[in-house]
Amino acid sequence: MSILDLFKRRTSAPVARERLQLLLAYERQSRGQPDLVSILREEIMAVIAKHVQIDQDYLQVSMDRGATMSTLEIDIQIPNKSAAPLAMAG
Amino acid sequence: MGKVVVVTSGKGGVGKTTSTAALGAAVAKTGKKVALVDFDVGLRNLDLIMGAERRVVFDLVNVIQGTAKLSQALIRDKRLETLYLLPASQTRDKDALTEEGVAEVIARLRSVFDYVFCDSPAGIERGAQLAMRFADEAVIVTNPEVSSVRDSDRIIGLLDARTMKAEQGELVQKHVLVTRYDAARASRGEMLSIDDVLEILSTPLLGIIPESQDVLRASNLGAPVTLSEPLNGAAKAYLEAARRLEGEDLPVVVPFERKGFLDRLLGRRAA
Repeated sequence: MSILDLFKRRTSAPVARERLQLLLAYERQSRGQPDLVSILREEIMAVIAKHVQIDQDYLQVSMDRGATMSTLEIDIQIPNKSAAPLAMAG
Repeated sequence: MGKVVVVTSGKGGVGKTTSTAALGAAVAKTGKKVALVDFDVGLRNLDLIMGAERRVVFDLVNVIQGTAKLSQALIRDKRLETLYLLPASQTRDKDALTEEGVAEVIARLRSVFDYVFCDSPAGIERGAQLAMRFADEAVIVTNPEVSSVRDSDRIIGLLDARTMKAEQGELVQKHVLVTRYDAARASRGEMLSIDDVLEILSTPLLGIIPESQDVLRASNLGAPVTLSEPLNGAAKAYLEAARRLEGEDLPVVVPFERKGFLDRLLGRRAA
């Protein structure tokens, strides 16, 4: 931080405007449509459950929205105990 | 046939009830017959802001359930002959309102009054949707602040989808009323500007109500600010907004605070 920064007033309104514009563009688009993340979560859960027994709580699906690109993050924790495939257990 | 105007916002605490009282009184002052309807069942407050809290005997829910006549529930304002209040129920839960019941009450009010202002509860649930259901016009009360603007955008979406007019292929005429506007903070870039808000919501502006002590004082005294202190900044802004609501083409002047050299240098806040 330079000495000059001390005198320069930070303005937060432009940041607020940009954040809002980005967010609302997304929210308007997805209005009336079912929640994508929860659909993905359910279907991913169903696929995994075919092969491995996991708890609902061990699956985290989140969407991070950016200006030009969004990232979908899927975090699946498979506890070692129940990690054995269902076929073997049966 | 009177006009039904919903005063709504999504977010709580932005000034819906204060604005309903101030705009309603401003319109009634011109001689128009005005009814203010409190839709915030369980958390009524319009009676308090209007200074009529001790005169409530029957309420909207009583009328809908048939235990009181509409004429018994309407409270006439002590200051203005043309201004009436239909209070919400304080005790019952919000499911007491039915769409058919609200439709009937609104239809009857519409046939008697020139303007029916519906003070919406906060949120986007049933109560808020019933308040906007039969509206011809909507006043969306917004603070120049991110969460309020976001919620207003959501409410605009509902107004375009869930109202009777929208379902009949017409549009509810929407207006943004910016409240608690601080010109000094906006000019310093600390608060969303009017242009920012209007650009984001792309809805015409009804007025800008400056942040003001007068509004709180009026609430304390139980009088709409447009009646108690009509010469104050906030009251003037409400009076002008009411004229625009009635169709007058009145330009909106954005409050501007000129900063002196010392203020700039010291970054001093204007009082």
